[in-house]
This record gives sequence, C-alpha cells and structure tokens, in this order.
Amino acid sequence: MTGLEFEKPVRDLQEKIAELKSFTTTTDVDLSDEIAKLELRLKKLEDDIYNSMTPWDRVQMARHPNRPTTLDYIPHLFEDFFELHGDRTYGDDAAIVAGIAKYHGTPVTVIGHQRGRDTKENIQRTFGMPHPEGYRKALRLMKQAEKFNRPIICLIDTKGAYPGKAAEERGQSEAIARNIFEMAGLQVPIVCIVIGEGGSGGALALGVGDRLFMLENSTYSVISPEGAAALLWKDASLAKRAAETMKITAPDLRALGIVDEIIPEVRGGAHRDAKHQAALIDEVLKTVIASLQTIHPDELIEQRYEKYKKIGGYADETAGPKG
Amino acid sequence: MAIKDMFSKQKPKKKKYATIPSEAAKQDVPEGIMQKCPKCKKIMYTKELKKNLHVCLGCGYHYQMTAYERLESLLDEGSFRELDADLSTGNPLHFPDYEEKVAADRKKTGMNEAIVTGVGSIDGRESVFAIMDASFRMGSMGSIVGEKIARAVEEAIRLHIPFIIFTASGGARMQEGVLSLMQMAKTGAALKRLSDRGGLIISVMTHPTTGGVSASFASLGDYNFAEPGALIGFAGRRIIEQTIREKLPDDFQTAEFLLKCGQLDAVIHRSDMRDKLSFLLDIHQTGGDKK
Repeated sequence: MTGLEFEKPVRDLQEKIAELKSFTTTTDVDLSDEIAKLELRLKKLEDDIYNSMTPWDRVQMARHPNRPTTLDYIPHLFEDFFELHGDRTYGDDAAIVAGIAKYHGTPVTVIGHQRGRDTKENIQRTFGMPHPEGYRKALRLMKQAEKFNRPIICLIDTKGAYPGKAAEERGQSEAIARNIFEMAGLQVPIVCIVIGEGGSGGALALGVGDRLFMLENSTYSVISPEGAAALLWKDASLAKRAAETMKITAPDLRALGIVDEIIPEVRGGAHRDAKHQAALIDEVLKTVIASLQTIHPDELIEQRYEKYKKIGGYADETAGPKG
Repeated sequence: MAIKDMFSKQKPKKKKYATIPSEAAKQDVPEGIMQKCPKCKKIMYTKELKKNLHVCLGCGYHYQMTAYERLESLLDEGSFRELDADLSTGNPLHFPDYEEKVAADRKKTGMNEAIVTGVGSIDGRESVFAIMDASFRMGSMGSIVGEKIARAVEEAIRLHIPFIIFTASGGARMQEGVLSLMQMAKTGAALKRLSDRGGLIISVMTHPTTGGVSASFASLGDYNFAEPGALIGFAGRRIIEQTIREKLPDDFQTAEFLLKCGQLDAVIHRSDMRDKLSFLLDIHQTGGDKK
C-alpha cells in the first residue's frame, strides 16, 4: 500500500494489528481482547486523521499515484463507453479522452483529462497536460453532443495545460479561451467534476458548466502550490504554505461559492476503492443530470451565465454584481 | 613587481570597469525631458515621444501606455463616459499584504483597478471600450477586472454597440486565487452572450498579454490584433524552457511570431490603430450585422 506522510500513524497501528493477528494464528496465546481494543483505537485514529486533513494533506491525496483517473471511473459509471479520437485539424491528444456512452440508459458525452498510470503511459499522455488539439477534440465532441441533445459530463484532472513550444504555436491560449466561450453557450446540460487536480486554465477549458462538483480530496487552483510559492515568495519549497493561503481545497471552494457540492470520498481517499468511489459520484450525478434535463436550453444558458457572473470577491456589497 | 607587468592588460581593464556604467544605469535615464529607447537606445525628447503615441522615433518600439493615454489616442475628444470607476478590490482570500499593494497602485495610477471601461466613439461611432493598464498590479486579473469587463460587455449588449478591448496583463491575479481563474469563465460567458446577439468584438493585445488573460477574453475577438513586438502567450518562457530543455527562439511569443503561426488577424502599428478600428466600425455599420 502506498501511504502518505500524514497517514503514518494509521499505517503503524494497522501493521501492529496484523502482527498480533498473525501471532495468534501461529501460537496458542489468545490476544483477541487486545486486537479488539487496538481495532477500536484504529477506528478512532482514522477518524481523527481523515477528519482533520490539512490543505497540504489533500494536495498529496489529489496527487496520489494510485488515484483513480478518468478511465478508471468510466467503466464503473457508464455502460458501453465508446472512445472517439482527434480534433480533425491536427491530431489526437491522449491527455484528453472523450467519447459517447450510456448513463443509466441516457446517451451522454463523456470527456476527461487522462493522466498516465505509469511512466510509459504518462509520457504518451503528457502527464495529463493537454495540447490545443486536446481541447479542440473536446470542443468538437461537445458540439456533437449539442447537436444530438446529449448531456455532457467532464471529469477534470490535470496539473494544467501543457507548457511547450508546439502548444504555444498551435494556439494554447485560443483553444482554452474558445472552450470557455463555447461551453458557456452549449444548449445541453454540462456537469463538471474535479476528480484529482484542477490546474488553472487547463482545467477550466473542460470546466464551464451548469454544475461544478469536487471530490472531497481534490484541488482546484489558479496555479500549483509550488508555482504560487515560487512566484509570490520566490521559493518553491513554501508550497505547503501556499496550499493553505491560496484556498484550493474542496471545502475552500465551497465556501467561496464556486463549487456546488462536495462529493464525499472513500475513507482514506478515492484510491482505496475506485468502484466504491464511482458509486459515490453516481449518487450525485444521477440526480443532477435528471434535473438539468428538465430545464429548457435557453433557461439553462441563462442560469449558467448567472452562475459565473456572481463569482468574485469585492470590498463591499455594493461592488457585487447587480441583478 | 617586474617592469613588464606595468604594461600588462590588468591595468587598463580596471579602468574600463570604472568608466562603463552598469546595465541598469544605461536603461534608467531619469524621467524628465529626455528618454532613451530600451531597444535601440535612441535618445528622444519625452514630449516628442508622447506626440508619437509613445512609439520610439528611431526603431518603432512600442512603449507601454496607460489606459487613459490609450483612450486619448483613440477616441473622439470628450466622447468618453467611464463606467464602474468606483468598484473597489476586496481581499477575499485574506491574502497577506494584498490590500496595501492594491492601495499603493491606486494611488500611483489614479485608477481603481487594472482596467478602465466606458463608452466612447471613434469618428462618431460609439463602442464600449475596455482598456487594461499594466502599471496596476501588472495588469493582473482579479474579481474587479473580471466584473468590470462583464459589466462593460453587458453595456455593449444593452446599447447594441461593439465591444473593443485592449489587453495588457501578466495573467490571473495570484492573491485572489481561484476567484481570479473564474473570471476567465465570467468574461468568456459574457462575450458569448454578446456574440450570440450579433455583437462585434475586437481584441487588441498589447505588451504583455499572457496566462489567463490571453487564454480568455483576449483571444475571443471576431478580430484578434496585436501591437508590434507585444509579448503574447499562455505559458511563461522560462517554464517552457525548463519543460522542453531547449532554448526558445528570440522572437518566441511575440506578436510577429503569433501572426506567423496563424494566431492573429493582423499586427497593427499604434499610429494606424485609430484608422483601422474606424474602418472596421464602418464596415460593421454599413450592413451585414445581425440586428
């Protein structure tokens, strides 16, 4: 099991329990009382640790190498996913996967960032950091979804758009801007869920919709904590402090009025049980897709506009958006 | 010391150090009567430079302009009516020292934020103008910049007139975190509304237009233009060099480079800007637009 630093006490106790258990099987000594006591203590310890995670703990959780990716959730969430490729202009970006599927019988379009699950796959998928053709593929399929009246589900999981020469030459800025612009006007329901890291414009290019959800231990930020620390204090090692100052966790974004709802995670993080996590996502998604489908497209777009129009922090109430 | 050492190269070298001013001092000619071009080093009268719209008389280098100088250079005299000049920046994340920094820039620039918005006309044709100013917090976009743009776009919708934006920004404002990021969505959604109603959108990117600003409203014009030499791009040069481990060409992410890559409609010299905009406004008034 790959454990994180802050989980060490839990791990230690688990090991101790396992030790005692194996001891009882090999000898005649009865330790069941002891074990029961320790298991009770373990439960309490887990409660303490997982209920008081710091922003930095959540950053570690969101970046966990075994954290489920878009392709890990898709088979549990949808029936018959059919992946579709290419932007029809330049190429196919493996950092974004997209396709059509059935969701509780309803045809939907599913789009998500895709990290690699090992080094080789990560190189092929540029660590889940898309190029312009990735965003253009996503937009092409969103337009297709609009044509055929399919709801769109976006799974967000990227450190950000790929910072490279070719990406700039092919219009990284324009591709991101275009997706934001077009998503604001799509005549079908769009539900966005941050499943891991939501990094900057690269995340937002799949992130404009009618509802925004975040998994409990996911993050969403304008810049990585390391980047913020380097920029603000000229010291990337202050990332932990930046994670706290920048307000990037799901509860932070809920408090800022950006996120509609937090989707709870499996105890100890989504990576403990992807299937169970998918069920927790499904619970929220099912209801919201059904309710969004009853709203007239014009009204949907109007509400979407109002949703974004009201986001912002001002010195006083009068500075806030007027009706 | 041997006699021949007296003629060694060390001595004159020392003298050289003493007489050549530092690189900083060369650039840093005090503001006043004269100015030195940072590119070609030509020395000019400040007055002359101003008259030439802050473009170097020698090499055509485009200096940064304040928002009000820009408006003065473009609009019919006395036609400008400013919007939302009273909105004031908050500190939603309670970021240390943020209020002080904003207050200092307000004092320095006389603006409430990094953008001036309002209604004005060019050759009698009205448009909504949104002019960013890099001298205020590097033109970075926080909640107020996003809100002012969205309101300005709404005004263009209300009055059925074009929306013209001049961008100058280092990107999203770090001190407002993810709220800054969301301004990309807010402004993009506002422009989509205007566009769907047949409204004309013109974007002119000036030096610098990067990060979240280049990846939102700056790139969403029906026409996307830039001033010569402007730095325009999404990711920073240093970050890209670290990622790809190779040196980037000198003209990387300049307006000219982007034009070559097919990312811009045209690069327009500042002295032609007013005429070109006037031409476009005329084209769009003589028919063809959805009403």
